[in-house]
Amino acid sequence: MWQLTRRSWLRVTGLASLAGSIVGGVRLAGQARQGEGVAHHPAHGSHVMGTVGRVAPDGFNPATYLKAWNFNDLAPEERSKYYKETTRPDGTLLREYEIFAADREIEIAPGLFFPAWTFNGQVPGPTIRATEGDRVRVSFRNLGSHPHSMHFHGWHPPAMDGALAGQEVQPGETFVYEFDADPFGLHLYHCHTVPLKRHIHKGLYGAFIIDPRSSSPSAPLGAGGGRPPADEFVMVMNAFDTTFDAENEVYAVNTVANAYAHDPIRVTVGRPVRIYLVNVTEFDPVNSLHLHGMFFDIYRTGTSLTPSEKSDTIMLCQGERAILETTFRYPGDFMFHAHQSEFAELGWMGLFRAEAPLT
Amino acid sequence: MRRVLLALIPLALLAALLVVIVQWGPADAVRGEDYPPLERITFQRLTLEPGSIAINLLNDGPDPVSIAQVQVDDAFWTFTADNGVVLDHLARTTLHIPYPWVAGEAHVVRVLTSTGTAFEHEIPVAVETPTPNARFFGVFTLIGLYVGVIPVMIGLLWFPFMKRLPVRAMDFLLALTVGLLAFLLVDGASEGLESAELLPESFQGVVLFGLAAAGAYLLLEGVGAWLRGRRSSVAEGRSGWVLAVLIAVGIGLHNFGEGLAIGSAFALGEAALGTLLIVGFTLHNTTEGLAIVAPLAREGQRVSIGDLAKLGLIGGVPTIAGAWLGGFVYSPVWSVLFLAIGVGAIAQVVVQIVRHMTREGSVARVLATGPVLAGLFAGFAVMYVTGMLVG
Repeated sequence: MWQLTRRSWLRVTGLASLAGSIVGGVRLAGQARQGEGVAHHPAHGSHVMGTVGRVAPDGFNPATYLKAWNFNDLAPEERSKYYKETTRPDGTLLREYEIFAADREIEIAPGLFFPAWTFNGQVPGPTIRATEGDRVRVSFRNLGSHPHSMHFHGWHPPAMDGALAGQEVQPGETFVYEFDADPFGLHLYHCHTVPLKRHIHKGLYGAFIIDPRSSSPSAPLGAGGGRPPADEFVMVMNAFDTTFDAENEVYAVNTVANAYAHDPIRVTVGRPVRIYLVNVTEFDPVNSLHLHGMFFDIYRTGTSLTPSEKSDTIMLCQGERAILETTFRYPGDFMFHAHQSEFAELGWMGLFRAEAPLT
Repeated sequence: MRRVLLALIPLALLAALLVVIVQWGPADAVRGEDYPPLERITFQRLTLEPGSIAINLLNDGPDPVSIAQVQVDDAFWTFTADNGVVLDHLARTTLHIPYPWVAGEAHVVRVLTSTGTAFEHEIPVAVETPTPNARFFGVFTLIGLYVGVIPVMIGLLWFPFMKRLPVRAMDFLLALTVGLLAFLLVDGASEGLESAELLPESFQGVVLFGLAAAGAYLLLEGVGAWLRGRRSSVAEGRSGWVLAVLIAVGIGLHNFGEGLAIGSAFALGEAALGTLLIVGFTLHNTTEGLAIVAPLAREGQRVSIGDLAKLGLIGGVPTIAGAWLGGFVYSPVWSVLFLAIGVGAIAQVVVQIVRHMTREGSVARVLATGPVLAGLFAGFAVMYVTGMLVG
């Protein structure tokens, strides 16, 4: 039930000062744009596949999400409300996160709104990124209308699982999850409250990256930890069942259908690119990514520093993930999409735009 | 003056009440402010042009609907809207989708509203929609001739044969006619009510059907009385001719509805389903000619070839007009309306014939005779068997 729409959302978050700053009047902006009618007329005589119009610019931004982890997309002062890191005696970090669940209507295709359940007002939820051996402490506050939980993939004791009976966090309550970041790799977190299908497809999931600790102590801990430097992108393959008939109407990578087809992801020729690819698609058994004109190294679950295979297509079951590494050879547009044509045509299609490096 | 005032007072109070309801909305109190809107969209007309699909949509739900995206065959597709994408109650818009549809194959158009509600329309067999040009005008005329005029005319050719039949056989023939018409009555009524169910709820299809049928019945009753009045002053005892004309008119109205159905099959992108339909209607409608001449044969009247042709035209030509209307300006409302008129007309004709047959005795006595019962049964059986070709 979508009991809480924008109005009640604001009412709830009025109590929660944390939330108020992140989430604005997306619904309003989207509706205002709707009134103008259909914005884009396809060229006469051409057949144009894809969504019509653009999502409201002040809502969830798929371009920002690609490179956002540990709230680094927020201004320092704002960021400190959600994320704090403290160095521990052994040199590892204690990373503390403020995560909240909230009901919110999100725009998943231009003019198309979905009554989502979100982590911090966005789908996918904020990417959590730690280095192997760090301590992760997540204070989870449920501001939603239903019980929720956070279930992290990775080593943790049962008390931190979030999925066992009685581990649901009731509306208005808070629970602190705490565990060591282990093993290094690409993981995910999601709500594990029943009915599970509904809690997941409504939007309660996010990426959880654990970087390998640098192999040599002298090497700096870069954004990729022990991995070589690269342009890094987080991609969560998801889908939405807007009619609640256990079949998805909209597919995407990072929620907004065709977002990267309209606004291509910029990369540089000759510079390594690393993609953190997670599949959370509900209802369909698998999802996939195919990149045109290129091949990539695959690190399944990201738990090894040696690639297991080279391919241009990777298939992932729900909950599976992989790190993909490649380098663009040629400038120009490179399409990437699910190699299930149906998903691709229902929104899961985007473009990389490779540009020559500035000399 | 006072009378006018007395009439206006309740109206004024009603207006005040409406203002109160709209202003303070007791309905909203029941619904609650966050209740999801009630969205309903009806597909009115679908046009297939080379490389493009146009759909006319009607919002027949109580709340405004905002069309967000369109999917064709499970793919997001661009579109333009003639009348915007926000539809108030009973507002319409036409979406133009530049989609490379495949002739002879099925397609599904799905409209997603801003809340993610999906409305689907299936095109079972895609065929280019006829536009009102000379060629399609000709095609529809030809279809009308095949289905309506020619079969009815062929049926009329039984007249000389029927005239030579003994009187008892005549009773059989009239009863046969009643059987044929009764079948058409049931058939038309079920088809009309089926179409009525498909209409947007705001159009109240079943009520529309009932009123149109009753109206047609009463109108024909009047026409019959007028014809009899005129004829009796010219030549006494030509009631058989009047009855034949009335039957021809009733059948003509029914055939108009049939033409509409065939034409609209094209309009709704179901044209390829039409051929079997046409063969079926052709066989089916031959029996209608039989129905028209049966009363003439019974009276043993002389009828010129020209008069026979006239009857055939009255019964058959409306099919052509129906096909035109159905093909070019189809709307489901017309379908319901004309099927209803056909039903009303046929009901009136059945009553006429039964009156005619029972002039010389009580209804029960005349109807319970062997030839009549056999005729009724035969009429039904003929229609039923030829009807299998249509359905």
